[in-house]
Amino acid sequence: MLIKTRKASDIPSSEITPASVYFSRRDFMRGVGGIAIGSAAGVLMSGDAMAEDANRSPALLNLASKPAWLVQKISQRKPAPPSGPFAAADEKTPFNDATTYNNFYEFGTDKTDPSSRAKNFAIDPWSVEIAGECNKPGKYTLEDILKPHTLEDRVYRLRCVEAWSMVIPWVGFSLGDLLKRFEPNGNAKFVEFQTLQDPKQFPEQSSRFATIHWPYMEGLRMDEAMHPLAMMAVGLYGDAMPAQNGAPIRLVVPWKYGFKSIKSIVRIRFRSEMPTNTWKDLQPSEYGFYANVNPAVNHPRWSQATERRLPTSLFMPHRIETKPFNGYADEVESLYAGMDLRKNY
Amino acid sequence: MQKFLKPLVFVVLLGPALWWAYIIWRAYQGDVAYLGPDPPKMLELVSGEWAIRMLMLSLAVTPLRYLLNAPYLWRLRRMVGLYAFFYVSLHFLVFVLLLLELDFSALAKELSERPYITLGFMAWTILFLLAVTSFNRAQRWLGRHWKRLHRGVYVAGVLAVMHLIWIVRSDFGEALLYLAIVAALLIYRALHKFIPGVRQFVLFKP
Ligand code: HEM
Repeated sequence: MLIKTRKASDIPSSEITPASVYFSRRDFMRGVGGIAIGSAAGVLMSGDAMAEDANRSPALLNLASKPAWLVQKISQRKPAPPSGPFAAADEKTPFNDATTYNNFYEFGTDKTDPSSRAKNFAIDPWSVEIAGECNKPGKYTLEDILKPHTLEDRVYRLRCVEAWSMVIPWVGFSLGDLLKRFEPNGNAKFVEFQTLQDPKQFPEQSSRFATIHWPYMEGLRMDEAMHPLAMMAVGLYGDAMPAQNGAPIRLVVPWKYGFKSIKSIVRIRFRSEMPTNTWKDLQPSEYGFYANVNPAVNHPRWSQATERRLPTSLFMPHRIETKPFNGYADEVESLYAGMDLRKNY
Repeated sequence: MQKFLKPLVFVVLLGPALWWAYIIWRAYQGDVAYLGPDPPKMLELVSGEWAIRMLMLSLAVTPLRYLLNAPYLWRLRRMVGLYAFFYVSLHFLVFVLLLLELDFSALAKELSERPYITLGFMAWTILFLLAVTSFNRAQRWLGRHWKRLHRGVYVAGVLAVMHLIWIVRSDFGEALLYLAIVAALLIYRALHKFIPGVRQFVLFKP
C-alpha cells in the first residue's frame, strides 16, 4: 500500500484517519477497486467515525472502576505533535482490534483470552514500588506516580515478535521523566520492571502447565530507559488503559519487540546488574535482553523480515517489510553504537 | 442404523470446513467479527486444530472398533483418514497461500530453517502417501505391504504432536493432552497385538 512507504514527516497528523473509519474506508476502497484514494475518504467518513467512537462500550475496558482523578487527568492531555517519531503517520489500528487481539499471557495464551477473561480488573487502589539504586525508594500510589506529569497522545508502531504489528495511539509520558524523580544513583545501570502477581485476576498464573515463572519481569539499560521515546502509558485512544492492554500503567518501547513493553507494573527497581527478563529466562536461544526489532535476525520460529500489519484481510493482504528498530533507527541507533546486534538480539 | 452411520459421519466431519467456509464468505461480505484482525493466522490455527483432531480420530477408529466390539466401524477408517488428510492439506494451503502469499522461496526457507514446519511437512507427506494409496486398487496392488505402510499414520500422529509441542510458547496443557492421546492409542495397539487378555477385553458385550 501507498501508506507504508511514506515517511512520518510527510503527512500532518490532522490528516490521519480516525481508527474506527478504517474498516468502512477499506470497504469503500474495495468498492472502488482497491485504489488507495488517500485522505479524501477519511474526511468523507469521519462524521460516522466520531459517532462510532462515542458509542464505544465502557465495558471493553474491563475495569472494575475508573478513578475520577484519572479520567480528569486523561482529559487534560496534550495532543500528539503534528508529525515526527511521536506521531507515526501509519494508519492506526482500529480500537476494537487493538483491544481484542492481545498477548497478555497472565490472562491466557490465546489472543482473545485477555479481552474475554479480564473482567472488572481492579486498578483502584494501585501502587508502584520504587526500589534499588536510587535516593527516593518507596511505595507510591498511582496518583502520586502520575501527579507531576502532563499526559500526551503518542502514536507508536508496535511490532510483536510473532511477526504482526499494530499502530496505537497511547496516552502517557516519557519514562525518563518518571525515573529522574527518584534520583537514581551512580550504580543504577539498569531498570527492572515487574507485573502484578495475582492469580485471582490472572488465571494463567495458576496454570499447572505454564512454563513461565511468574511474575512477568522486564528490564532496560538505563540509557534506553532515559530515551524520550520510551514511555509509560496509562491509556489508549484517549481513554484509560483497558485491562487487557496492561492497566493501569505499562511500558511502551516502540523500537523493541512487544514483549519488552511490560504491562500492569507494580515494581520498578534500579539495578547495577542486567535484570533477567521473562522470555529470555524461559528460552534464551529465542529471546534476548535487547529484543530490538531487527529484520536481519530471525527468531527460530518466525522470520522477522516482514510483518503482518493488522488488521489484515483475506482479500487484501497486508504483509510489509519490517524496518530496523521498527522504523525508529534515526532516533535510537546511536544507543547501540559498536554493539554486535546479531549477538545481542 | 449402521447403514446411516457412514453418511452421518461424513456430514459431521465436513461440518467444521463448511462452518469456516461460511465465516470466510461472511468476511468477504464485510463482516469480520469471527475472523478477527488477523484472518490468515486465525485460519492457520483453526485448520491446525481441526487437522489434529481428525488425525486423532482416525487413529482411534481401530481401537474403538475393538473396544466397542463394533466391526462396522472399520468401514469408516478410510473416510476419517481422508478427512485428516483434507484438514491438514487445508492447513498447509492456508500457510502457503495466506501467510506466505505464494512466496515459494520463503516456503523453502521455512521448510529448511524451522524444525516445527519440517515436522509438520513430514506428517503431511506421510498422510499424502496414505491418501493416494487408500483406494481398493492400491490396497490390492500393495498387498501385505499396504498394512505396514498404513501403520505410518502413527508416525504422522507423533510428528504432528511434536509439531504442536514445538509451537507452544508457554502453556503445554493442550499439547500434553494430544501427546497423551497418541501415546494411549499406540500403547493400546501394541498391547492388543501381543497380549491375548487385552484382545479379549471389550467395554460392551453384545
Ligand atoms: C504442511 C505442513 C505444515 C505446516 C507448514 C504447518 C504450519 C503451521 C503454522 C505456521 C502454525 C502456526 C504456528 C504459530 O502459532 O505461530 C501451525 C499450527 C498448528 N498446526 Fe501445523 N503445519 C503443518 C502440518 C501440521 C499437521 C500435519 C498437523 C496435525 C495434524 C498440524 C497441526 C497444527 C496445530 C494443532 C497447530 C496449533 C494450533 C493452535 O495453536 O491453536 N500442522 N502449523
